[in-house]
Amino acid sequence: MQVLEKTEIQPSELLNLYRDMKIIRLFEEKCSQLYMQGKIRGFLHLYIGEEAIAVGLASALNEDDHIITHYRDHGHALARGLEPRAIMAELCGKATGTSFGRGGSMHIFDASKNFAGGHAIVGGHLPLAAGLALAAKQLNEDRIVVCFFGDGALNQGEFHETMNLASVWKLPVLFFLENNFYGMGSHIDRTFAGGSKVHTIADRYKIPNSRIDGMDVLAVREASIDAIAKIRKTSKPYLLEAVTYRFQGHSMADPVTYRDRDEVDKWRPRDPIALLKEMLLEAGHASEKLIGRLDEEANLTVEDATQFAESSPDPDPNDLTKNIYA
Amino acid sequence: MAELTLRDAISLGLREAMDNDPRVIIMGEDVGAYNGAYVVTKGFLEEYGESRIIDTPISEAGFVGAGIGAAMAGLKPVVEIMTINFSLMASDQIINNAAKIHYMSGGQYSAPIIIRTVTGGGAGLAATHSQSFEGFYATIPGLKVLTPAFPDDALGLLRTAFKDNNPILYCEHALLYNVRGEIPDDSSFEVPFGKAKTRRNGSDITLVGYGRSVHTALLAAEKLQERNVDAEVIDLRTLRPLDIQTLIESTQKTHRCVVIEETWATGGFGSYVAYEIQKNAFDDLDGPVLHIGGLDVPAPYARNLEIMTIPNEQWILDAVEKEFGL
Ligand SMILES: Cc1ncc(C[n+]2csc(CCOP(=O)(O)OP(=O)(O)O)c2C)c(N)n1
Ligand SMILES: [Mg+2]
Repeated sequence: MQVLEKTEIQPSELLNLYRDMKIIRLFEEKCSQLYMQGKIRGFLHLYIGEEAIAVGLASALNEDDHIITHYRDHGHALARGLEPRAIMAELCGKATGTSFGRGGSMHIFDASKNFAGGHAIVGGHLPLAAGLALAAKQLNEDRIVVCFFGDGALNQGEFHETMNLASVWKLPVLFFLENNFYGMGSHIDRTFAGGSKVHTIADRYKIPNSRIDGMDVLAVREASIDAIAKIRKTSKPYLLEAVTYRFQGHSMADPVTYRDRDEVDKWRPRDPIALLKEMLLEAGHASEKLIGRLDEEANLTVEDATQFAESSPDPDPNDLTKNIYA
Repeated sequence: MAELTLRDAISLGLREAMDNDPRVIIMGEDVGAYNGAYVVTKGFLEEYGESRIIDTPISEAGFVGAGIGAAMAGLKPVVEIMTINFSLMASDQIINNAAKIHYMSGGQYSAPIIIRTVTGGGAGLAATHSQSFEGFYATIPGLKVLTPAFPDDALGLLRTAFKDNNPILYCEHALLYNVRGEIPDDSSFEVPFGKAKTRRNGSDITLVGYGRSVHTALLAAEKLQERNVDAEVIDLRTLRPLDIQTLIESTQKTHRCVVIEETWATGGFGSYVAYEIQKNAFDDLDGPVLHIGGLDVPAPYARNLEIMTIPNEQWILDAVEKEFGL
């Protein structure tokens, strides 16, 4: 088992974090275009602005660990190392997609990467996370479970039930709250009675917790390494709250009438990719030229995925009813 | 041949599975220290210990979801929902997660969970505690729904369920636990899904039921015999998969058919069964296929009122006389 130490991070690793965030950013921008062209249908929720969370966490996780997440899942899937081609093909509803065109944007799965979905019922996947951890514990496997969810899920009974179960049963789950302050158009101040230190809701369940800057990929990485080490050591849950912001609307259908431009502008300087770039340049870990090369690498990855998806075949209609039952 | 009650047949099936497969766990409210609300898991906690017989908090969504997650990650959980009325709190987990995960993941994940629950009215528990939702769950692709009415089927279906890789709702009627019946000694005895059973042979009319309504139909058949009407009684045994063929063949022979169930007649699962029969055996019918369901009223508490709401043998006799002149 690989135990990550929170030691000095290698410059090469920093560059990887940058590139991985950039891939997600460009991937999401491409999705937006494809959606406008009618090539992606249904709901499409972009992760733009929140990239540091998925990338920071993924860099701290072992391959055997499970990840389960909500519907804003492209970033988590890419960071986890799922094939960009297969994800893009899924979004385009193609036979070569992660679920062979059965799931779409909100339901990305890859069992080979222990990526247990993309789940589109707010709060609905939290109990599953407890179950994945229960199985690992019962089977004496050295795995933990990371469960991403949004601030909107805080108000679902399933969140509270799962916090309680995980604590009572001592389950190795990292509850990873992506607090971007909004559930669709509703600001957390109008929906959540637990106060501004949101993470402390876990205190009541005797689950240790902390809050981090979700725009700082290194902070996310370090906090994840710490939390995961605690979980492995104690086989008990932990809750991390990453404070973040989504720069786009909730989904492509969102005209964003509920917040003003000033608020978005206030967050712009906190763009996680720009922040890391600045840091890399200042610390002399990278030149503008090297950053340009990484950007190009990311761009090629996304172009290749898009090309693959667009040239892939539709699912075979004869397989429509395949996999209803195992 | 041993004679067992339906309750003991279920216990036997559960014990066998616990003994044969370490991946099997049993969880639910009061399944351990309390011995199960309907005393099906009596003595299990002492025998198998806390790690495999897990008492849960009263969190149906939480622990059913945890069971599904555990099933996705390699366990074979048996999750008891105290009664089917409380399955509503877990219906998100059953319908949106268990029934969907295999299809939506393109066959990558499956949820081999057995959800045991208690169904049916007639015990004076009034409107919130007397419902029969098995027919509703049977409308959902991805689930399998079992409704044993006799001890042999209870055991045989359970044995088959443990070999199946899909989410299964195993519905035990509260008033049938003490029904006694012969159980084959052969430990390889199993009951296949999707195969109805003819519990009584007859030539004049076919009576179709599931769960307790099979017993109601058998009582009606005895009374019909007194009128020289020879009724065939068919027990569906499993609602999904559903065996229509046996019903068609019987109806082609008897030319008359009545489908009986305890849930509300409006939109009842039996009305779909009746539709399939009339469509497929139309040319052989001497009259419409009848559907007898419960009265469209919240279950009342008082005994004299409650008995007016659940089909009994007299309802069947009256309908047969009125419609077919028998
Ligand atoms: C049970 C349920 N209710 C409502 C919705 C519709 N819905 C989809 S996303 C969303 C907001 C969720 O916000 P949050 O959890 O904060 O995640 P974010 O979109 O901010 O990442 C809502 C209300 C849903 N999918 N599921
Ligand atoms: Mg949010």
